[in-house]
Amino acid sequence: MSETILRTENLTYTYGAKTPFEKTAVNNVNIEIKKGDIIGVIGHTGSGKSTLMQMLNGLITPTGGKVYLDGKDIYANKKELRSVRFKVGLVFQYPENQLFEETVKKDIAFGPKNMGLSEAEIEERILKAAQFAGLREELLERSPFDLSGGEKRRAAIAGVYAMDPQILILDEPTAGLDPMGREVLLSQITSYHNASENTVLLVSHNMEDIVRIADKVLVMNSGKAAMFDTTRAVFSRGDELEAMGMRLPQITKITNTLRQKGFPLSEGILTVGQAFDEITGYLKKEGKL
Amino acid sequence: MIRDITLGQFYPSGSPLHRLDPRVKVLMLIASIVVIFCTFNFYALGIVAALAVASIILSRVPVRLFLKSLKAIIFVVIFTSILNVFYGQGDPLWQWGILKITWPGIQNAIFVTVRIITLVILSSTLTFTTSPTDLTDALERLMKPLSLLGIKVHEIAMMMTIALRFVPTLLEETDKIMSAQKARGADMESGNLISRIKALIPVLIPLFVSAFRRAYDLAMAMECRCYQGGSGRTRMRKLKMSYRDLIGTLILLTVFAGIILCNIFL
Repeated sequence: MSETILRTENLTYTYGAKTPFEKTAVNNVNIEIKKGDIIGVIGHTGSGKSTLMQMLNGLITPTGGKVYLDGKDIYANKKELRSVRFKVGLVFQYPENQLFEETVKKDIAFGPKNMGLSEAEIEERILKAAQFAGLREELLERSPFDLSGGEKRRAAIAGVYAMDPQILILDEPTAGLDPMGREVLLSQITSYHNASENTVLLVSHNMEDIVRIADKVLVMNSGKAAMFDTTRAVFSRGDELEAMGMRLPQITKITNTLRQKGFPLSEGILTVGQAFDEITGYLKKEGKL
Repeated sequence: MIRDITLGQFYPSGSPLHRLDPRVKVLMLIASIVVIFCTFNFYALGIVAALAVASIILSRVPVRLFLKSLKAIIFVVIFTSILNVFYGQGDPLWQWGILKITWPGIQNAIFVTVRIITLVILSSTLTFTTSPTDLTDALERLMKPLSLLGIKVHEIAMMMTIALRFVPTLLEETDKIMSAQKARGADMESGNLISRIKALIPVLIPLFVSAFRRAYDLAMAMECRCYQGGSGRTRMRKLKMSYRDLIGTLILLTVFAGIILCNIFL
């Protein structure tokens, strides 16, 4: 077992306390994230995913409970919160809306510059981040406002890669991208994870994305951490997930239906490849193939 | 956080004041403002203060919200009342060098304070009890005569509606962009004035970009729905006067009459 990098203890956040609009967005969440994990975070709209993610890097101060990064309470010293944000990189939803510099290069440099790195190191980080994000080098000198939608998205994500965070959190990174852009982005996240061995948290509504990327899945339901287990274990509890308003990956749904009809397939099949192997295996055994 | 800012906002509580016609409410406010400045003795002032208290109670809006809007002008009130205390004419009650306190001075200070506070309470009552759309509708109808002078009343009202509509949206957007830049280590809470202004650039540029994008989208959406300005435009919800408005107006007029009588006879 690898070591714990991030841990929450009774983490709670209540919006608009003592007003008629009071709402507990995150309620008593206790999770433990190991170094190098790649975790999918799912939950329907308003389940507290985004609030939880923003508490993990010190953007929202919890109204109760604690967050420990490398064993240290990140809210213990308010002055050090900024350095926490460099360690826990958060990519917001529609991150292209935050681009502001004259060139893509300068925009990517914003984070590293705030860290106080040397010119040479910033340069190196920019190139590395651009490579991870799949940005061609000639794009670096262009204005970010001239890029295409997918390129803007990747440029904005590169701005967070460049800080080289130990934990990278991506909030709906594929929302609004076309299938091609989605594909490219997901494989870049995987290769980033493989190359850097950093921890990655991916918030998504798309179960196929989660299945493709994540080893573990955290399910949020009305502010609580409803499940936190391996991807396969979580998706084998299909009925519970659907009761929480979530959709299973298509292929899981199909194989589950086949199971109910009496075919001996295993539980929690997540990818088309697995389903193919199981079904052809079964057909061969029956002598039908 | 930035979204905690309130701008004298609509507070739906369904009180009798909420149900009055917004046009009547606007006219009532204007008349009340005139009357507030026509109070010449303490009796009349007392009635005005009672009017303000009555409007707080009738609106069924928490007093806390009224206090919040008063907080914004507290310095103006303190400053003007102190000035008034020292600028009165007449026999000094207390003197030190050129500073002197007179009875008329104190009286003036009380008048100014009560007038400003009632002014703010009554205007807040209007914005608390009237939704922004109703308010702009009412202003559009009331300003209609100005269109004879060639003023584009409808366009002005539409601009006001849109501006009011987008205040919360832009605040939310600002909040989001600030968080995103803070996540990249932007430091907005420390440093001297110049570095703080510089720290706003990463927030302001994306904010302008998104405001323009929203404006284009909105213009496009309005054109798609064949919006072509005020002429020939009908309304789904017509403002209608009812017996309530008559009663409200009569009550207010009685109060005004009381104030005028106090001014003359007491």
